[in-house]
Amino acid sequence: MDNPEILTAVTTAFSVLFKGKNFVRLLGGLGVTIWIAALSVTLSLFLGFLFGIIMNIKNPVIKWTSHIYLEFMRIMPQMVLLFLAYFGITHAFGLSISGEAASIWVFTLWGTAEMGDLVRGALQSIPKHQYESGRAIGLTERQIFFYIIIPQTIKRLVPLSMNLITRMIKTTSLVVFVGVIEVVKIGQQIIEANRLTIPTASIAVYGVIFFMYFIVCWPLSLAADKIEKRNKN
Amino acid sequence: MDFNFIKEVIPMYGEATLLTLRIGFTGIILSFLTGIFCAIVRYGKIPVLNLIVRIYTELSRNTPLLIQLFFLYFALPRMGIKLTGEQCGIIGLTFLGGSYMTETFRSSLETVGKNQLESGMCIGLNKRQLVQYVVLPQAMAVSVPGLVANIIFLLKETSVFSAVALADLMYVAKDLIGLYYKTEESLLLLVIAYFVILLPISFAAYFIEKKVNFNRS
Repeated sequence: MDNPEILTAVTTAFSVLFKGKNFVRLLGGLGVTIWIAALSVTLSLFLGFLFGIIMNIKNPVIKWTSHIYLEFMRIMPQMVLLFLAYFGITHAFGLSISGEAASIWVFTLWGTAEMGDLVRGALQSIPKHQYESGRAIGLTERQIFFYIIIPQTIKRLVPLSMNLITRMIKTTSLVVFVGVIEVVKIGQQIIEANRLTIPTASIAVYGVIFFMYFIVCWPLSLAADKIEKRNKN
Repeated sequence: MDFNFIKEVIPMYGEATLLTLRIGFTGIILSFLTGIFCAIVRYGKIPVLNLIVRIYTELSRNTPLLIQLFFLYFALPRMGIKLTGEQCGIIGLTFLGGSYMTETFRSSLETVGKNQLESGMCIGLNKRQLVQYVVLPQAMAVSVPGLVANIIFLLKETSVFSAVALADLMYVAKDLIGLYYKTEESLLLLVIAYFVILLPISFAAYFIEKKVNFNRS
């Protein structure tokens, strides 16, 4: 194929977006993706904060169970976790859960583990003298935790958790494999429906989905970089 | 649990593990090289290339591997570029991994202090010598934990390869569930296979991190 041919292929490909409601449908699919991501991110941030605090408790049983949980969630690819939830649990317990529910469960459990590890790291990075100074001016342990430790932890956590959020948004692209109708699935439907009239539709559809993810994730990454730089100075 | 079934399908998982490792490590090595190159470009602020590398890293970091693979596998043939599933896997993993490696190397390059550069210049090293003998060796040592984290991340990402018709672990598991309805057995073997691949690297990461932290303090 020479250059002009590629050009016409690409321009006809993009005409698929203006056929009917195709572009609006893709946006709707993106909405589903973002909804799943937003819900699991919110849950993960809260639960992860708790998990991080729990991981800092010096009790061998708690320490080991939380570490095993963390390691399992981190080692298993998210795709495997999705399969375990969607096929494994339904099959083993005879439950029937929707793809959406399975994805939200999986991303929340995984996000909690990752966020918990970030919180643990941030808590441990607070120098000891912060606690000691707090005690010296007569604050109770509770006051030290809430007024001295937590604010500093959050400052360190913001850029890290924003990077985690972009990772979670990107990972939601996998939910297409457990039967959720989201942006990738709708893209595939559009490509299928136009197979005969616009065979090059895949160029436009996957190109657009690529940039949809980019537009959602990029501002978060930029902001995270900027905050990280500001924290360093 | 059907242990005869497990015994029968273990070789299939073995083969899939080898495929995952082969494509995974090819992609990781290429990402490593891409990362070093791009990091040096950004560190040296080489004009034009610097901008291209920035655009590349932002695009690659902020999009899912799955979509990158779909584009390579389904869209490029329509523009006359046909790639096999394996080529797509390697290119996709390199495209994604390259930017992660770039970020890791770039941040470790920045940890090399200015006094190191100045001392190098004082003893009359030129720019290339400075990078080769002063900056890179020190930055490499700092980058090891980040590097291992990237390797784990990229090996985990290989789990989407089944989307471009590669017979990787996910593909085998999906296939066995569909064919024989042996869900528990297939998933158990899948989990074990990923543990076998990733647990040793994860342990290595843990010890390396301890060692690096020890050296710093």
